[in-house]
Amino acid sequence: MAVNKWSAGYVARKVIENQELFILDVRNRDAFEDWKIDGHKFEYLNIPYFELLDGVEEILPKIPSDQDILVVCAKEGSSLMVAEMLSEAGRDAAYLEGGMKSWSMHLEPIKIGDLTDGGEVYQFVRLGKGCLSYMVISGEEAAVIDAVRFTDVFLNFAKEKNVTIKHVLDTHLHADHISGGRQIAAATGAKYYLSPKDAEEAVYDYEPLDDGLIVQVGSLKLEVGALYSPGHTIGSTSFVVDNKYLLTGDILFIDSIGRPDLAGLAEDWVDDLRETLYQRYRELAEDLIVLPAHFMIIDELNEDGTVAKCLGDLFAENHGLNIEDETEFRSVVTENLPPQPNAYQQIRQVNMGKLTPDQDEQTEMEIGPNRCAVR
Amino acid sequence: MIKADVRLDAKGLSCPMPIVKTKKAMNNLVDGQILEVQATDKGSKADLPAWSESVGHQYIGVAEENGVLFHYLRKCSDDTVVEKIHEQIISIEEMEKGIGNGALILDVREEAEYAFGHIDGAKSIPMGELASRMEELNKDQDIYVICRTGKRSDLAAQKLAKAGFTKVYNVLPGMTDWQGDLTKSI
Repeated sequence: MAVNKWSAGYVARKVIENQELFILDVRNRDAFEDWKIDGHKFEYLNIPYFELLDGVEEILPKIPSDQDILVVCAKEGSSLMVAEMLSEAGRDAAYLEGGMKSWSMHLEPIKIGDLTDGGEVYQFVRLGKGCLSYMVISGEEAAVIDAVRFTDVFLNFAKEKNVTIKHVLDTHLHADHISGGRQIAAATGAKYYLSPKDAEEAVYDYEPLDDGLIVQVGSLKLEVGALYSPGHTIGSTSFVVDNKYLLTGDILFIDSIGRPDLAGLAEDWVDDLRETLYQRYRELAEDLIVLPAHFMIIDELNEDGTVAKCLGDLFAENHGLNIEDETEFRSVVTENLPPQPNAYQQIRQVNMGKLTPDQDEQTEMEIGPNRCAVR
Repeated sequence: MIKADVRLDAKGLSCPMPIVKTKKAMNNLVDGQILEVQATDKGSKADLPAWSESVGHQYIGVAEENGVLFHYLRKCSDDTVVEKIHEQIISIEEMEKGIGNGALILDVREEAEYAFGHIDGAKSIPMGELASRMEELNKDQDIYVICRTGKRSDLAAQKLAKAGFTKVYNVLPGMTDWQGDLTKSI
């Protein structure tokens, strides 16, 4: 039977289009427990490849014959071996090209909607890591927000759209993934903006991102406005795009809120987080569409694969926005937090420009799920 | 360098090859022998211990040097419980009391096992070297013989008793139950 090679992009379409898939994940049990390819209609079987060295006969009854089978491992080699064994046993099977490593790196650009005067917003969904980046296009220019480190994707997308990236912004100093912001700015001559409060230890030059700053995109001057919204970090800043979209960074997600502890200052930042979520955001128009910098679970994806929801709906439905009691809020966001993201302290150092790891080391630091939220 | 019976070079190989090669190499080892696996695939750090556990071999530890991972494994395929023959035995607690009174802890595990974690002050003479190194021991001193599970220490204690040592005690069950600090020599 045939052994097929599937790219991360091909699997991403299966997630977004809600297709069925049976995943045989042959990584270690711990690795699988920690992080896997999530899909609405995916089924899973986790058997480490080293338990299959003598053959796959024993697990054949557990593998459906009427579904697509994808074998997944960390880097590819073991999934190819197991897929070939399945094939020899008479089963069709595919393996994931580049393994979970390439899954972690894949970005899927999806259009969110139109803006004034023919402008557009695109969301770049990094399914494997839950990171969301954005490109705002107006006329012949573009602004990129919260870019991940796969800068080619943004540069190529801009080329495809025939626009020049003029502004690169980060909502905050990220702790769970390495920012591609400075590299994109360097490659395009664009300005790189970051809050001075987050950039205190940064060793590079940047444009200070202060409350009320307005960045204009294109000759028709589409507005991206900065709204100081601390709490996840002390410098966290949201963006209001064309009075239509609210980019919340890691402060507010669809089904959760930001955690205040990734810079070691949970107690200090709780009040800021509270004020941002319960006062500053309350003053905004409820019909703004919230576009966060992360999703945590696959259920936060809309039918079309985007992660976006009306601010008014979040006020009604998001648990983190509905904790009236301040003491209870404090305990929710400071106690029983999920484990901190892999290598988060190192990642902060990289984003400050203090560490310059090579590609492999960057991949290693970013492995695993993001954990920036409190649910 | 830590002593190993067989060394396997899996450098530059990526998953699944380090494990595939380790499995083959293990087949040619005799029970109780030590295999050193040199690998550069970082995945081996999680996979070799997990594989060892799944097949019942003892994973001893890993040391990193210049980007190369040196894994140490001990072949265990014979799990049969052998009756302990040496009659003088003591528990871990009794052993701890005795240390202050001038007793010697004699660790008869392999050098690699000792290197990755032993009781501070314990003397290392691997079981296989005991016959030739007996003169290093003092017949007037209390000797507490310890290994991982009490099997090798039982054999060592018998050997010492035959050679005329009378104050020899087998520590049971062994290092698997030691809760105190471990000293490393790697």
